Amino acid sequence: MRDKRRTDLIALAALVCTVVVLLLANRYLDDYKIRIINLSGIYVTLGLSMNLINGFTGLFSLGHAGFMAVGAYTVALLTMPIPMKEMNFFFQPIVPWLANVEVGFLPALLAAGLISAFLGVLIGAPVLRLRDDYLAIATLGFAEIIRVVFTNTQSLTNGALGLKGIPNYTNTWWSWGVAFFTIWFVSFLIRGSYGKAFMAIREDEVAAEAMGINLFKHKVLSFAFASFFAGIAGGLLASLLGTIDPNMFRITLTFNILLIVVLGGLGRIAGTVVAAVIVTVMMEALRFLDESINLGFIQLKGIPGMRMVVFSIILILVVLLRKEGLFTRLKGRESSYAEN
Amino acid sequence: MLKIENLTMKFGGVVACSSFNAEVKRGQIVGLIGPNGAGKTTVFNVITGVYKPTEGQITFSPREGEQHRLVGLKPDRIAQLGICRTFQNIRLFGQLSVLDNIFIGNHLRLRSNVFSSVLRLPGYTAEEREIYEKSMYLLEKIGLQDFRNEKASSLPYGMQRRLEMARALATNPKLLLLDEPAAGMNPQETNELIGFIQEIKEEFDLTIFLIEHHMEVIMEISEKIYVLDHGVLIAEGSPGEVQRNEKVIEAYLGVG
Ligand SMILES: Nc1ncnc2c1ncn2[C@@H]1O[C@H](COP(=O)(O)OP(=O)(O)O)[C@@H](O)[C@H]1O
Ligand SMILES: [Mg+2]
Repeated sequence: MRDKRRTDLIALAALVCTVVVLLLANRYLDDYKIRIINLSGIYVTLGLSMNLINGFTGLFSLGHAGFMAVGAYTVALLTMPIPMKEMNFFFQPIVPWLANVEVGFLPALLAAGLISAFLGVLIGAPVLRLRDDYLAIATLGFAEIIRVVFTNTQSLTNGALGLKGIPNYTNTWWSWGVAFFTIWFVSFLIRGSYGKAFMAIREDEVAAEAMGINLFKHKVLSFAFASFFAGIAGGLLASLLGTIDPNMFRITLTFNILLIVVLGGLGRIAGTVVAAVIVTVMMEALRFLDESINLGFIQLKGIPGMRMVVFSIILILVVLLRKEGLFTRLKGRESSYAEN
Repeated sequence: MLKIENLTMKFGGVVACSSFNAEVKRGQIVGLIGPNGAGKTTVFNVITGVYKPTEGQITFSPREGEQHRLVGLKPDRIAQLGICRTFQNIRLFGQLSVLDNIFIGNHLRLRSNVFSSVLRLPGYTAEEREIYEKSMYLLEKIGLQDFRNEKASSLPYGMQRRLEMARALATNPKLLLLDEPAAGMNPQETNELIGFIQEIKEEFDLTIFLIEHHMEVIMEISEKIYVLDHGVLIAEGSPGEVQRNEKVIEAYLGVG
């Protein structure tokens, strides 16, 4: 009990510090750095969202890019001014029911979260009822399908052309406000009885079920929350960048989030927050790896994708050096055999 | 309270249990014994819904005049009806604290929804306080109050067994199934365990069905004993009757 109070105080102190840092940053930093701060906040939300399902509940989902795409397009289509829509959809007009819609950022974000959560339940439920071993494959497939669908639904998403001129509502207050909301939500969820039930499922499904915990209901619940936050983060990203297209939401995006979760520690909130910031900053700092490097006497040709290689190596090292490893922490495989 | 009729459980070619009949009456302590591999744990797994039996019926009556057919129900539903168990190979939530293990045992009786738990609405916090107090009480009962913040997996074996029992008690069961609770205990711990089982039975108004290898435990506390061998019921009766039964002596002293 006292521990909790201390954690709360630390969290409060972190909140105050962040507000001060954001105030100063907005005043003194250039746009490029502000953008990194925004991205960091968005990745905090994404990391926690994935950790809820992969770290706390012990399931393995790889669908984040898909849920982000859903959220991003929802926010883009709901917030874009009506004349802007007409300009975007020159190839084929937008569906009539969306043509004259323009709502505020907050309702658009909420819609992004809810639609994403709804889709999460829709694809999660059949898999979670039968064999959640296949959740990783099903969600990965879902993310790819979403990308292909969005490429081909010309009158809904403008297809491969993408959407331009999405209003830039996302600022540091939005990105970090949502991040803190997510931190608060996940912390309080985990602290309460439901969160403990999620962790019980992660630890031992057979025992959890024998203690009266409805596995399906709790897994779907956790998955729906994770999809909700992924959708919102996607919405924030769309509004930050102003331009989106289906190919932004590839598996590498999910991979970045997985890296954050693994670096930060499965089932760890503070670690995830720190890892999200570090990975986002590193992603920018290591950008030079993809570009050509001029060492004065020799010109090294840039290798596109080099950053990803570096990140992959980091991921492998973390998994190898952490004794508990990525998959054993997720779920003791032997636990599904109920011999005793 | 619990009636098992004509229960058969086959795993491929292995018949773990065949045409087994048994009855556990309200307020009794009933024992289930037999050599290794006799099918005892399988009976528990079928009662608690881990396996669906090949054949047979199981009826559970948590209260007078209330009857539930258990076959086909999911384990969590069966736990909610009032049957909880421990496992032969302890299955705690290893990475979680001792207190959390017991706390989670209460989850199935929680009335508040997930949003009131996140928002910590008064209805939820009142329930949580109750759960906390009940969990602390159970912790004291098993003498683990000083270990409440330890990881469950870090406890020594004997404590883990007690913790598993406390976790089962937290679900407010009417019928408690104990799978070899004295396994790995020394004579003194075994004696304490016997006292403990009798104590919780009185205090929580339990009916107990128990698998045990230690003869002294089962003989001392059971009112009735069923003996399984190779999945077949070879004897049933009072401890005295079972002890004198020739088939039982053969099963235990003979080849098996
Ligand atoms: N899930 C299972 N799959 C296959 N065979 C099993 C399974 N569970 C138990 N058995 C078999 O059923 C028989 C009885 O096992 P069990 O009920 O564990 O015995 P006991 O608890 O009396 O020692 C054994 O031969 C065991 O190998
Ligand atoms: Mg056994």
